[in-house]
Amino acid sequence: MRLSTNIVKDYLIVAFEGELDHHTTEEARMKIDSLYYDNNLSNMILDLRKLNFMDSSGIGLIMGRYRNCKERQGDISIVNTNPSVERILRMSGLLKIINMYSNIEEAIDGKRGE
Amino acid sequence: MVEKNHMRLEILSKSTNESFARVVVAAFASQLDPTIEELSDIKTAVSEAVTNAIIHGYEYNEGIVIIESTIEGNRIEIVVEDKGKGIDDIKKAMEPFYTSKPDLERSGMGFTVMETFMDELIVESQLGNGTRVKMAKVFHSLVDKE
Ligand SMILES: Nc1ncnc2c1ncn2[C@@H]1O[C@H](COP(=O)(O)OP(=O)(O)OP(=O)(O)O)[C@@H](O)[C@H]1O
Ligand SMILES: [Mg+2]
Repeated sequence: MRLSTNIVKDYLIVAFEGELDHHTTEEARMKIDSLYYDNNLSNMILDLRKLNFMDSSGIGLIMGRYRNCKERQGDISIVNTNPSVERILRMSGLLKIINMYSNIEEAIDGKRGE
Repeated sequence: MVEKNHMRLEILSKSTNESFARVVVAAFASQLDPTIEELSDIKTAVSEAVTNAIIHGYEYNEGIVIIESTIEGNRIEIVVEDKGKGIDDIKKAMEPFYTSKPDLERSGMGFTVMETFMDELIVESQLGNGTRVKMAKVFHSLVDKE
């Protein structure tokens, strides 16, 4: 799994590429949390468009980041266009609490993607 | 119709082997000519069961996880087995969002994912003796083509 991160204003933008499972979430979690807290950020955008696999470990990872952002009164959103990733996100109920967009710009603007 | 075939894979309970296990089963399943979605379902279900064996069964200690698969006709059966700590209350364990390890950021969705993505799911477990998860799925791609 490859993780690219980018900071725009008070947003941490994290782009995932590859497979997000128990093995790869461990490292992703540490990297995301240290960037988020060390830079004193409040908002987060998780870009899952280049993921080709995600299981419940990914759900746990996203839920944990959701809690961290809420604790700081920040916003978290997901960018995704992959149907199999969407299926598991929906099953977990995550899409009831986190907005999903089809690109980063929409996520920053807070517009709902179609 | 595909003739009966069987495979057995034994792996050490290391998290690097999660992707290995699901890729092997997916490659085996490809004999049934599944759709991309069916293959993705199989991979996810195997990943859930193997991850559970590593995290809950062996609690990160070293152990052996056995993955067996049988295909016959247009049906695949997958068994994931560990000799770890076992499950005390299977019914409760299978409830959506139940996890015994919330501190590890587990969501309690593993069994729900297996149940949703597969057609059959049977969990057998004995405290102190391990857990056996048996799943099956019928592929529709072969039938639809005929
Ligand atoms: N192989 C196993 N050995 C022992 N206990 C298990 C095993 N598999 C599952 N369990 C128990 O069943 C519970 C529910 O499993 P499930 O996969 O649904 O959720 P989880 O693993 O806790 O979270 P998630 O899968 O969402 O990361 C686990 O928390 C654990 O207590
Ligand atoms: Mg699990």
